[in-house]
Amino acid sequence: MTRVGVIVFPGSNCEYDALGAMAQLGVESELIFHSATTLGDVDAVILPGGFAHGDYLRPGALARFSPVMAAVSAFAAEGGAVLGICNGFQILTEAGLLPGALQKNRGLTFLCQSTTLVVASTHSVLTRAARVGQELVIPINHFSGAYTCDDATYDSLVAHDQIVLRYKDNPNGSRDDIAGVASEAGNVVGLMPHPERAMSTLLGSADGRVLLEGFVGLGASAR
Amino acid sequence: MNYSVIVEVTLRPGIADPEGATIERALPALGFSGVRAVRAGKLFRFDIEALDAESALASAQSLSDRLLSNPVIEDAAVRLEE
Repeated sequence: MTRVGVIVFPGSNCEYDALGAMAQLGVESELIFHSATTLGDVDAVILPGGFAHGDYLRPGALARFSPVMAAVSAFAAEGGAVLGICNGFQILTEAGLLPGALQKNRGLTFLCQSTTLVVASTHSVLTRAARVGQELVIPINHFSGAYTCDDATYDSLVAHDQIVLRYKDNPNGSRDDIAGVASEAGNVVGLMPHPERAMSTLLGSADGRVLLEGFVGLGASAR
Repeated sequence: MNYSVIVEVTLRPGIADPEGATIERALPALGFSGVRAVRAGKLFRFDIEALDAESALASAQSLSDRLLSNPVIEDAAVRLEE
C-alpha cells in the first residue's frame, strides 16, 4: 500500500487538493509540516501548489531552506518518488533537485485556465502510465511559470529524456513549450499544471488521473 | 566593523526579461523616445559585521549567490555603499 506525504509550507494552498486526489485513487496520504526533519513512513512525496513563504524574494527561494527540504533531498537521492506541482515545481528548481528555473510569464499576466499537455516522455514516475503523444487537459494557475534554462542544460534535458510534458499551445513563454521536467533518474518530477485538479469529468477533466495513478504506482506500466 | 552593502541582482544576459520589455514598450507613450535595452532587477541594502571590507564583500557575495539570487538565471553584484 502506497502512502504519500504532502508537504505543507506556510502559504501552501493546494495541499488539500492533493490529499483529495490521493483519496480518490484510494491511496493513503498525510500532511507533513515544513518544520519536520524527517518524512516518516511515506513511499512518495508531493510538494503542492501555493505561495510558500509568501513567494517573497522569488517563488521557492525561501521554501528551499525549510527544515523538511533536507529530508526531501535525501529521499530523492535514495530514489524516492518526489512530485512538485506549480509552486512545488518552483521549490524543486530552487533547491537544485530539478534543473532550470521558472520565470514570470511572458506577458506578465497571472494565468488561470485549462491547457492541453502533450506527453513527451514516459521516463518519469509521473508519466510512466501515460503514452508518448497522449494529450491531457489539465489546468494551470500561475504567474511565474515560464520554464527557463541555459543551452547546456537544455541539451542535457533532451539527451537524457528529461522533458516529460509540453504545452500544446504555449501559454506562458516556456522554453520549447516545456510544462514539466524530470530528474535524470526520473524519480523527481515537477510541472506547472495541476493534475490534482483534473480528477473528475464533472469538474472539467479527469486527465490528471493517469499522471497521479502512475505517480502512486497504480498505472498500467507500473503494475 | 560595520559595513553597508548594496547588492544588485540582475537577469543574466540572454535570459528573457518580460518586465523590462514591458517597461520599454510603455516609455514611448509617455514621450520618452530612444530608450533601449531596459532590464529590470532587484536591489538589496543591508549592514554586515566584518573584520574588513574584503571579508564583508565576500560574505555579501556568498549570501547573495546562495539566497538573494538564483544563479540559474541571475547575477548578483555586491559593492559597499558610498
